[in-house]
Amino acid sequence: MIYLEIARSRVRSKLGPFALPIGLLGALLLAIGCFLPWSTYAGFPGKMLNSTPGGARLYVLLLSLFAVLFLVDWPGRSKALRGTSLFALIITVLTMLFVGYAGGGLVNCGIGVFVALVGALLYVVGAQALPEDSAPAPIRNLPDRGWRTLVETLLVVGAAVSALLVFVIGLGIPTASVAEGPDRRLGGAISLNDLTNESQFLCFLLFVCAAMLGLSRIGLVASLGALTKKHSRVMVAAALMSAVVFPFTQGGDGYSLRIAASIGVFAAAAIGLNIVVGLAGLLDLGYIAFFGVGAYFAALVSGSVTSVLDVDLPFALTIVLAAAISGIFGILLGAPTLRLRGDYLAIVTLGFGEIFRITVNNLDGSAGPSLTNGPNGISNIPDLALPGGFSFGDNHTLFGVDLPFQANYYWLEVILVAVVMTAFLRLAESRIGRAWVAIREDELAAAATGINTTRLKLLAFALGATLAGAAGSINAHVVKVAAPDSFTFLESALLLAAVILGGMGTVQGALLGATVLYLLPEKLRFLQDLRLLVFGIVLVLIMRLRPEGLVPSKRRQREFREPGGGADALAAPPGRAEVST
Amino acid sequence: MNLLEATAVTKKFGGLTAVRDVDLSVSEGEVLGLIGPNGAGKTTFFNCLTGLETPTAGTVMYRGKALPRRPDLVTKAGVARTFQNIRLFPNMTALENVVVGRHTRTKAGVLAAVGHGPRYHREERESEEKARELLAFVGMPKVGNELAKSLPYGDQRRLEIARALATEPGLLLLDEPTAGMNPNETAAAAELVRAVQGQGIAVVLIEHDMRFVFGLCDRVAVLVQGAKLVEGTPKDVQSDERVIAAYLGKAPEDLKAEKAAEKESSP
Repeated sequence: MIYLEIARSRVRSKLGPFALPIGLLGALLLAIGCFLPWSTYAGFPGKMLNSTPGGARLYVLLLSLFAVLFLVDWPGRSKALRGTSLFALIITVLTMLFVGYAGGGLVNCGIGVFVALVGALLYVVGAQALPEDSAPAPIRNLPDRGWRTLVETLLVVGAAVSALLVFVIGLGIPTASVAEGPDRRLGGAISLNDLTNESQFLCFLLFVCAAMLGLSRIGLVASLGALTKKHSRVMVAAALMSAVVFPFTQGGDGYSLRIAASIGVFAAAAIGLNIVVGLAGLLDLGYIAFFGVGAYFAALVSGSVTSVLDVDLPFALTIVLAAAISGIFGILLGAPTLRLRGDYLAIVTLGFGEIFRITVNNLDGSAGPSLTNGPNGISNIPDLALPGGFSFGDNHTLFGVDLPFQANYYWLEVILVAVVMTAFLRLAESRIGRAWVAIREDELAAAATGINTTRLKLLAFALGATLAGAAGSINAHVVKVAAPDSFTFLESALLLAAVILGGMGTVQGALLGATVLYLLPEKLRFLQDLRLLVFGIVLVLIMRLRPEGLVPSKRRQREFREPGGGADALAAPPGRAEVST
Repeated sequence: MNLLEATAVTKKFGGLTAVRDVDLSVSEGEVLGLIGPNGAGKTTFFNCLTGLETPTAGTVMYRGKALPRRPDLVTKAGVARTFQNIRLFPNMTALENVVVGRHTRTKAGVLAAVGHGPRYHREERESEEKARELLAFVGMPKVGNELAKSLPYGDQRRLEIARALATEPGLLLLDEPTAGMNPNETAAAAELVRAVQGQGIAVVLIEHDMRFVFGLCDRVAVLVQGAKLVEGTPKDVQSDERVIAAYLGKAPEDLKAEKAAEKESSP
């Protein structure tokens, strides 16, 4: 990082006065390049041949628009320009490599990509040569006129709708797994088509990151965030509406709805884990076991032919019982172990997760009671049904739109996530949430302030487990099977990664983290075996560049971004600090 | 009846006796100073009172009932404390720190918090009002939204007292409330202790600043090497030779006389 700074100061001292012309020229070349063809052969999708920009060309064109900031002295602009220009360069280079690779050599790239490359390089240099921002971008308010509330409301609704749009577009870019159905994941060679399609997705992802980075650095994201807080009811309604409307945008595609439903399960569990880790500060590495308890319970009482119990409870009852039983498991595990702190607790929970997996693996009648069918798990879990005869397994037609049956499960997930989010948000700002945060900050002081630390930690554990159990019981019906290998340590680690990546202690963070972590591996299948490697690198990069997570809570942001985080930051008395009596 | 009645409190760490047979009583509304050289066991004695340490022997009664051996229950019973090395919740705001102090005096559980009933709202509002009052009481009405860790040192000490007061104590234990303060801050701290006393709350304070202790306390007790040496009015304690000896050591001629006496007594 320090070398970067030195390089930047050199560029600045040499090219400082020319930052504006160089940057503008670069952006202009970049934009012109986008209207020229980027490949010389048909076959690379994403409209690379004709003169209308599409796919990567469109993204780069949009990023070049940030160059307007060269002309206005807007706070935060040079940081914003540095970020967006760099991303424009990366997208250009990546597309060039993809087109070249798919066509058999860089010679097959169109003239446009080279023009764009030169433009992007100049754009980057121009941005680097800009003087450092004097102040970070402030939160801006609209002028106080009669139309203010209306415009603010529209902006908030617009934010929710654009979030939906980004999700729909991202999910809609055909990748190998979508084009050839879920069986594609079992392996097989990568076709040219996969590569080119998935490069589109990658470019889209980079574009979204770049746009968010640029907008947040000029303060627009924070200003919009302040608006959503001010009009929180509108925001909640708009977000809920967007989520509910989503299936109608999918044109009857069941696979994408299934992915969305899985993201919902994943997010609900991540939010539950966020209570334990983000609020109470207890590191739980075996959280997936509680999810598993819920899933196995739902499977056992689902009436599946492979279940040893011949009962078919109504689903509402199943969900409540699964949640309660998981909660009891949480208390059983927590009661003896919550005296431990930090690493020790992490190890015990890790052990519990493994015990659960191995136990369900062995409860097949040969080594113990017959309950779980061992490694085969409980399969053929029937579709959910409501008392009125409504089956979740049927396709439906609503408002003239054909909806695949996955939409039913998707909506169930939306309800689950909404409930879990409400519970989390309300708990976090209540007396109990404050006590959890106090325990996380300083357990001894919390106890001396009158907080029953043992009981509250147990409560966090039990609530987290309860939410995981509810999510697990629904998931059993979505995936139709409960088997031990779905509850490995990797799953716990992924959930924890979602919480940390998204930002500890916030629901939006957990939701975003869960979406990214679920979608990335799903969409980057073209990397095949390299998938986990790339995934790991992405995680490391994010944690290096944004340790507080994508959507951090205010408290967590303070810990990382303000001088002297953590408990040791309290002023030590000068002089006789260490005197003890 | 005394407010607090500690009888023969003893705390041993392995072979070391940190507190030995200490009796101490605090009456309603008084300010009692606990002094002694470094390592005399003052903080350990505090820890024994507040449930952070379990005394090896002895009893501690508060308002005629034995104090429970768990810090949160002690606080609930009405004995609050501060720490020698300030222990705030650094990444919470000053107001949040004090509101956390209301925990034992509020009731909302999980269902109330998730359900957001009218009682929940009333309780939250009351907690916040009370916390603001307390911040004003300790003399910093304007710092509510600032982070605890970003407050100046003296304010952090006062915030810790505000948090302790939020638990509605009958007895407040202050562990070196003026440590590291300049004379102005010390004077302000003395005023604050008097104001707390004015609310009918008894205060026991550990302190090394003798002017502060003798100017403020109704009674003073001296701990030396874990045992109580003297207890009495500031005047008595100040002039007691044993106290002076404990702090400053003894004059050489006294030591000689003592040795001679020892020789005589041992056959």
